[in-house]
Amino acid sequence: MKALRKYLDRIKPNFEPGGKLHAFRSVFDGFETFLFTPRTTSRSGVHIHDSIDSKRTMIIVVLALVPCLLFGMYNAGYQHWLAIGATEFPFWELVAYGCLAILPTLVTAYAVGLGIEFIVAQWRGEEIQEGFLVSGMLIPLICPIETPVWMIAVATAFAVIFAKEVFGGTGYNIFNVALITRAFLFFAYPAQMSGDNVFISTEPICGLGGTVADGFTGATPLGQIASTTTGNLSITGINGSEISTLDAFIGLIPGSFGETSTLCILIGAAILLFSGIASWRIILSVFAGGALMAWIANTFATPTYPASMLSPIDQLLYGGFAFAAVFMATDPVTGARTNIGKYIYGFLIGVFAILIRTYNTGYPEGAMLAVLLMNAFAPLIDYFVVQANIRRRMRRLTHK
Amino acid sequence: MTKDLSIKKGLDINIIGGIESEKPPYLIPVKTCAVVPDDFTGLTPKAIVAVGDHVKKGTPIIIDKKNANIALVAPISGSIKEIARGERRKILYISIEADNNEEAESFDTSSINSPDNARLLLMQSGLWAQMRQRPYDIIPDATSVPRDIFISAFDSAPLAPNYDYILNDVERELTEGVKLLKQLTSGNVYISTRNDSNIKSIEGAEMVIVKGPHPAGNVGVQIANISPINKGEVVWTLDAVTLRRIGHLVINGTIDTSTIVALTGSEVAEPKYLKTVQGAKIEDLITNEIKNDQNVRIISGNVLTGKTTPRDSFLRFPYNHITVIPEGNDVAEFLGWASLSPRKMSVSRSFPGHFLFKKKFSPDARILGGKRAMIMSGEYDRVFPFDIYAEYLLKAIISRNIDQMEALGIYEVAPEDFALCEYVDTSKIEIQQIVREGLDFLRKELE
Repeated sequence: MKALRKYLDRIKPNFEPGGKLHAFRSVFDGFETFLFTPRTTSRSGVHIHDSIDSKRTMIIVVLALVPCLLFGMYNAGYQHWLAIGATEFPFWELVAYGCLAILPTLVTAYAVGLGIEFIVAQWRGEEIQEGFLVSGMLIPLICPIETPVWMIAVATAFAVIFAKEVFGGTGYNIFNVALITRAFLFFAYPAQMSGDNVFISTEPICGLGGTVADGFTGATPLGQIASTTTGNLSITGINGSEISTLDAFIGLIPGSFGETSTLCILIGAAILLFSGIASWRIILSVFAGGALMAWIANTFATPTYPASMLSPIDQLLYGGFAFAAVFMATDPVTGARTNIGKYIYGFLIGVFAILIRTYNTGYPEGAMLAVLLMNAFAPLIDYFVVQANIRRRMRRLTHK
Repeated sequence: MTKDLSIKKGLDINIIGGIESEKPPYLIPVKTCAVVPDDFTGLTPKAIVAVGDHVKKGTPIIIDKKNANIALVAPISGSIKEIARGERRKILYISIEADNNEEAESFDTSSINSPDNARLLLMQSGLWAQMRQRPYDIIPDATSVPRDIFISAFDSAPLAPNYDYILNDVERELTEGVKLLKQLTSGNVYISTRNDSNIKSIEGAEMVIVKGPHPAGNVGVQIANISPINKGEVVWTLDAVTLRRIGHLVINGTIDTSTIVALTGSEVAEPKYLKTVQGAKIEDLITNEIKNDQNVRIISGNVLTGKTTPRDSFLRFPYNHITVIPEGNDVAEFLGWASLSPRKMSVSRSFPGHFLFKKKFSPDARILGGKRAMIMSGEYDRVFPFDIYAEYLLKAIISRNIDQMEALGIYEVAPEDFALCEYVDTSKIEIQQIVREGLDFLRKELE
């Protein structure tokens, strides 16, 4: 490592102002601080610092997403194999297929997002910020697998520029960047982004898999529910067999790439909560709000709104609810920042996610919109919490 | 009367280099010492001596331009060696060369039973400037009448000196000190201690026994939990060492500038107590005491609130503590963000070191990351035992929003109260600096 350090020290002057390559100063700086902990020492205030920094924080979130990513790969293969009517499911072929299916999306999201981050950092003369490491991982996980890569690129660019950089970069954005990407896709390309066939990969990749028969449909559970017209709720997998609660928990169902498996999401949640990166207050209250709203909806179940016939447990397992609770709502930048505010913020996300999904038949899934809606209200919630503190202080003064 | 106070939020940082055996202090004869006016925030210094002048211990050498009675005095008898000035002729320090005559200025303590005379005595003896007032965390305004006076008789900071050791057998002096201060306030004089402290009760003072982790020893925490400061109120704060000096002055009519300093830190060969005078030269204090002479950071004070003091500078006020840690700017740590080394110190459970409760760490001065915007939420709250939203107050300060600063409680805080927030901050924001600038800004705007 010493040799590498020496090499970096030798080429560093080229990237300093006045050097040949000063246009890449931020990029060099980004790589240098990635490889070696910066040598900056404190100039004012405390002389020692905690070892935690934003790189580690972000990497842990990425780590927590890995179970979902790996499961998504398997599930993408599994759903494809089901779709082509296979009866045998060779594990590694399934995984390889899923891996190849998601790789272009993953690479595109990172390339576009990080590319913009690098350019903006250089332009502003700042260090490269790590926020997109997480966003770039989230984007492939929350999109249908068949989303065209160019759409991912356009949506990512839109989200990074207009939801993040115009506000000042990581730490200043109002809305969750990954969800803005998803929302952009959802509203800009409604025809391609919903319907029955985007959630299942239908073409063979590199000789793996096969071709799906014509007339095949692979609707997600929530998609099926939203289009139910009879009062009879039956949710089936793409091979026609019924989906049980356990299937939904494990996640071998059609859905966006990484958000079907509640099991893997809970593993991710365990990592985030153990390391203390995510707020347990938010996760807990999202589930509480969702369960309450699902229970209310189920109590007053009506065939007019077929999703209301789902049991509260199913409501929490299907769609992107759990994923949103664990990975989206807990984004510290766009969420509520006071402890009391976090309970309210999370609770309302849970309520709205189920409310939208159940009573607005135009949207089979409400988790994305609920989080974005509450992103907008998070500062207001915090405002009232802080205002209570201010009033307490004022009362102390006037009661003297 | 004794109050009990239990602090829940906070953090005790375990670092290497504490004093193991409390032997008698090692006497350091002083050749040169200095007064640094910057240590007395709020004082506008004017030098009233010239190079070569002879001064006694206790002779005023700097006065406040706004109130000539408030003085900083010479800690030793000798001659003025240097008046160092910086930009715009700002006085950096005035140094004095000892003459070993040990002459001391004597102060008239016969009429201190009137508050006005007591104030004057404190001002002229230099002890006024050794106290602080809140709001603004500055030396007390000459006309201010404090609501209460808060005295801390223990230090909970990392590696801090044991007050039972540095304040041995001083009950009489503390009592006299309290008696004098009691005249200056219509409220209470509070003294906070730990429950195993030797100082059990001091006549005239309300004793407060504080439990809990650092910053339990900060007076700000006491104030916030006993009787928070409201807009328009002023409280004074000091530590028990200054209280002892006040008592000494009352009893003897001279000032005592001697101080016991804890020399600590991972780079100190044998951590120990030193006996010297205020403002002693760092070089003299640490000769032959540092393990590895290369690349260390010598801090007057503790690792959280102290000031960096190179060898050729002087022990700063109000510190009775020196910490020496590695500077760390020569360390090449490969992929530090991924490290699972148990040597990495953190409050985050993502580091194995977090679970080694008994382990002592030897951190260096690196900030261990890059500066970012405030990303994580709730980090400060865990180590900030005030009913204040630290993050919102900081944002109000950064945006220079006076109404919001007042509403969010800026009058209750001093920069030191935010030291742990700065330590745990993922975004490596210089919080104490921000608070200091905010307080200065507010004072300038409102006065």
